[in-house]
Parts: sequence; structure tokens; C-alpha cells
Amino acid sequence: MSAENPAAETPAVERERLPPVLLLRPLSFPFHDALATKFRLLKPWESPLPRDEFLAAHAGDARALLSFGPSPTIDAEILACLPNLELVVAFSTGVNHIDVAECRRRGIAVTNAGNAFTEDVADYAVALLIDVLRQISAADRYVRRGLWPINGDYPLGHKLGGKRVGIVGLGSIGSAVAKRLEAFGCTIQYHSRSRKPSISYKFFSDVANLAAESDVLVITCALNTETHHIINKEVMLALGKDGVIINVGRGALVDEKELVKCLMEEEIGGAGLDVFENEPAVPQELFHVDNVVLSHHKAVFTPESFQGVLEVVMGNLEAFFSDRPLLSPISE
Amino acid sequence: MESLGVLLTLPMNPYLEAELHRRCHLFRLWESPPARRKDFLRANAPSIRAVVGNAAVGADPETIDALPRLEIVASYSVGLDKVDLARCRERGIRVTYTPDVLTDDAADLAIGLSIATLRRLCEADRYVRAGSWKAKGDYKLTSRFSGKTVGILGLGRIGLSVAKRAEAFGCPICYHSRTKKPNVNYKYFPSVLELAGNCDVLIVACSLTEETRHIINHEVIKTLGPKGVLVNIGRGPHVDEPELISALVEGRLGAAALDVYEHEPDIPEELFRLENVVLTPHVGSATWETRKAMADLVLGNLEAHVLNKPLLTPFL
Repeated sequence: MSAENPAAETPAVERERLPPVLLLRPLSFPFHDALATKFRLLKPWESPLPRDEFLAAHAGDARALLSFGPSPTIDAEILACLPNLELVVAFSTGVNHIDVAECRRRGIAVTNAGNAFTEDVADYAVALLIDVLRQISAADRYVRRGLWPINGDYPLGHKLGGKRVGIVGLGSIGSAVAKRLEAFGCTIQYHSRSRKPSISYKFFSDVANLAAESDVLVITCALNTETHHIINKEVMLALGKDGVIINVGRGALVDEKELVKCLMEEEIGGAGLDVFENEPAVPQELFHVDNVVLSHHKAVFTPESFQGVLEVVMGNLEAFFSDRPLLSPISE
Repeated sequence: MESLGVLLTLPMNPYLEAELHRRCHLFRLWESPPARRKDFLRANAPSIRAVVGNAAVGADPETIDALPRLEIVASYSVGLDKVDLARCRERGIRVTYTPDVLTDDAADLAIGLSIATLRRLCEADRYVRAGSWKAKGDYKLTSRFSGKTVGILGLGRIGLSVAKRAEAFGCPICYHSRTKKPNVNYKYFPSVLELAGNCDVLIVACSLTEETRHIINHEVIKTLGPKGVLVNIGRGPHVDEPELISALVEGRLGAAALDVYEHEPDIPEELFRLENVVLTPHVGSATWETRKAMADLVLGNLEAHVLNKPLLTPFL
């Protein structure tokens, strides 16, 4: 088998013996080629049959489904077409686009990216926070417009050290953010579904109370029906006029309309956002203010994270087909 | 200290200026046009016993020579490259500065700039603000920061703080300093060239002296290489700026984050067109909290001097 194009040179007969894995949309490079060496990828969009008929024709084969990207959502309708499905493998940390409850009912396991993205998302959250407080992007714009010699020094920013940082969702990403910010002299506290007994950070069972005693909120929790708009008007007002919100979770964790209003009316101090409720749409009011930093959902886009998630996906599929424990099943 | 004549070189901090005006006899250097500056100094020299300068305008040889009654230079900065220390030493003039209070801010900025540069954060912000985000998954890959080797040039207060922060990201740390530091676990390199050859992100955090002028030169930049990142939170003259710009334009250096420049506030416009740089206008200590602390240190040093008490943060 040639290293450059292994899939193309694998003889058809050998490909037939590879375990079949269903896709619902194309995989981008480098994922496709790597997976095609180990698995027979079923691709409905390459068939002349409409998707439902393709699924019905291949239902017997479809024990494992790869979910790449937030669409299509893996909903009850699709699951109903796949009676032999036992595993959904997601490329993301978040599985809000998968009907997890329906999977559970049907005995279908779901795996996510495990820890593949933890470091990059944590790094990005810290960078967003430093950027908002120290105005890095805003000052960079100021400099590039040639304003330093004309208008003088840029207005002062705010010190990161000593800030009380409230982590909303102390999973692996939230913990990685906490570990980093401790080195900057921040005080860490958190809200989670339940208190973590081995953690010494102060726990808040109520997000608004956490906000009231924090200078910064970093949103790193999963999006589900309980956490939709968990950052709402009450929380934002409790955070207060100097408060900063950093969201690297999902857009819908934050009431975006309310966030924009609070920013415009100076009810909160600033925000660093990698995610939005209706991507790629971003509220245009935010384009004209300097106390927000905006990014297009790219916290995981490093070669290292891509390599990492590919390994997790491959590992989960290989474990499944050899009846070994899955690497990163989602917890409930 | 009403009798203390203080020459303030620039309007650097409204609170500091107000306090100096209230508590001392304040002379504002910028109120005289540059052409009349010599006359201004001559006229007020009998009263001026203190100079308060900053990283932009300090106490240069001409100023010190024009002030025969000068007793103390209280710098509103930690860098003293704009103070003629040799002359001060000769004349027995005390020099104070503002160490420690700005250490955290400078280190925070160094790490913020490092991640922003590797992860192209400012570029992302520009992209979104331009309305260019039209399709989901519209991305390019950028370099991870965690785990990258961070090389620190100058392991003083600020350098050590940078190291402590970078360690929390799993970054191996190496450094070059005039001398190897005892009790430090980081790998030492005896030359800046070797440091550049062994790190992914090189952070300049040393003081500017005759020896360190243009310490980041063509060779060092070439060694850092097409994937290397330079972060300068020291002084502009640490870096051969034209050399740096051509290396960035030609791809011989991967990326750079600059908080300081050779001729502030004038920055070569070629930098404005580059996507692989982050540019900030000398904001290393520019937070409300730190500038107040720096101002209080300047005032405290002047007061101690007038009362013949030990200076709070003397350099000389």
C-alpha cells in the first residue's frame, strides 16, 4: 500500500472486508483518507438513491455512524432509519446536535472528541480574556489606522491578576482554563451541575450567585436543554458593569440579544466570543465596539487538535469493531 | 514637599501630575516649545531638584547638565534606558524606578501576545468585523500555543513571571541571560543565537543597554526561522527593525508580536499590511491598577528623598 494514496490502492476485495461506517456528509482532508484506509465509508450523497432509500438499503451495514460537523443533526428521524445502529462517533466536544436521549433509549453509544481539543480551547479562552482586558485587538486596530502618532497613547486597560474568574462548567476544558488562569494570579470559582468533591475551588450552585461574586465568567459547559441561555439577563446584571464574559462553548449558552443590549448599555464591561447563536451571523452592533473580541468558531482549528481528534475517532471506531471499551463515551 | 521643584517630562498620568502639582512645585517640560526648551530649563534650573520621566522621555545628558541642582530622577517606568545613568552616578544623583508593580501586567501581555499571534486572534477579529464570515467552517489552521518551547531573553522579574505563566500551558522553558541563574530549573543557553535555535516562541524581556541594542539581529531572526515567533515586550532598539520587517515580509520569520518600536510612536507602515504580526502601542504596563501603583511609587520615592528616608525603589 502506498503511503500517499492508501485508499485508492487498497484492492476492492480488501476494502469490502473493512468494517462499514456511515457518513451523512463529506469529510474534509485529512480525515477522509485516514479513515478510508481502515473503514469502508458509506456515502449516501454519492448514490443516485435519495438518502432515505440509501439508508434503508444499507441499514444492515450501518452499525456505526460518523457525525462530522453540527449538521445534519442526528435526530430521531434519522435514528429511526438505522435500526442496527449501535454507535455515533462525533468529531466535536459538544454533542448538542445529537439527540442523545433518543440514542440512550435505543441503546446507541455516543462518543465525542474526548480531550483532543482541551488545550487549544483553553488557550483560546485565556487569549480572548487577555485580549478583552488589555485591548490587544482594539489597540492593534488603532495602531494599523496610524492613530498612535496622531491621538497619542491608547486608553488604559485592566489588570488580569487578582480577578475573580467564574468557570461555568468545570469539565476538562474548564479545568484547563482554571489551571492556566491560576498562574496569572486569578481566583478561580465555578458552577457545575454538581459540586466536584476533589476540587478546592469555591463551588456555586447558582450561576447568578457565581456572577455576582466574579469579575469574569468563562463559559465552558455543554449545551443541552438545561443550559440553554444559562447566561441570561439576570446573570449579566449580577456580573456587573466591569464584568467580562468569555464564551468558547456554544452560542446558545448565552442569551445573545440580551448580551448585545447589556454591552450597548454598558451593563457589562466586555466580552470575548468564539461562538454565536446563529453562526455565521454575528450581531452587527458588535462590529463597532472596542470592548468585544470576535472570532469565527475556530478555537479547535490547529493541526494538533485535528490530529488529536482523528486519533480519538479512529480509536473509538477500532475499539467498537473489536468489542473493546470505547475511548470517549459521553457521560450523562 | 512643597519646596521640591519637579520637572515632569510628559503628561504621562493625570493623577500623578495632579499630585505633583498639589504637593510639589511642578514644572511641565512639554509646555515650552522644543525650540525654547534650553531657555526653559535654564530659567527654572535653580528650582528643579527632581525629574520625573518615563519610557518615552527620561533624563538625557543635556537635561541633566542643564540642572545643576538635580538630586533625584524618579522614573515612571522600570526601564532606565532613557536615563543617563553614568552621569547620574558621576554627580551622585539618585535614580528610582518602578519594578515589581508592573511585572504581572508585562508578563500577562507577553503571553496574551504570544497566543494571539500563534492563533491569529486579531486576524479573526478583523475577519468577523469585516463581515467576511459567510459560511460555517470557514477557517484555516493556526498553531497551538500549549506545549511550545518558550525562550526568554532576560530572566529578570518580568522574564521569570513570563516563565511561570507559560509553564501552566505545559511549555518547556529555556532562557538566555548575562549570567546563568542559580536555583532556576529552566535550560540555560549561553548565547541568544543558541536560544533562538532551541525555542518556538522567543520573548524579549531584558533591559536595554549598549550590549543588548539590536541583540535580535539578522542571524537570530534567521535562526528563529519560518515557523518561529518573536515577541518584544522589552524596548524597540532590542530588535533590528528593518531586518525584522523584511524577514516577516519574506517569510524568513514566521510571525511577531511587538509592543515596542525603535521610534515610537512612529511605526513602519509595512507592518500595518502584515497578517502575521500583532501590534500594540507600548501598553506593557497600561492598566489603571498598575499605572496608579507606579504613580504612587514615584510620589513615595520623592517623599522619602525629601524626608531623608530610605528610597522605596532605588536603582542608584
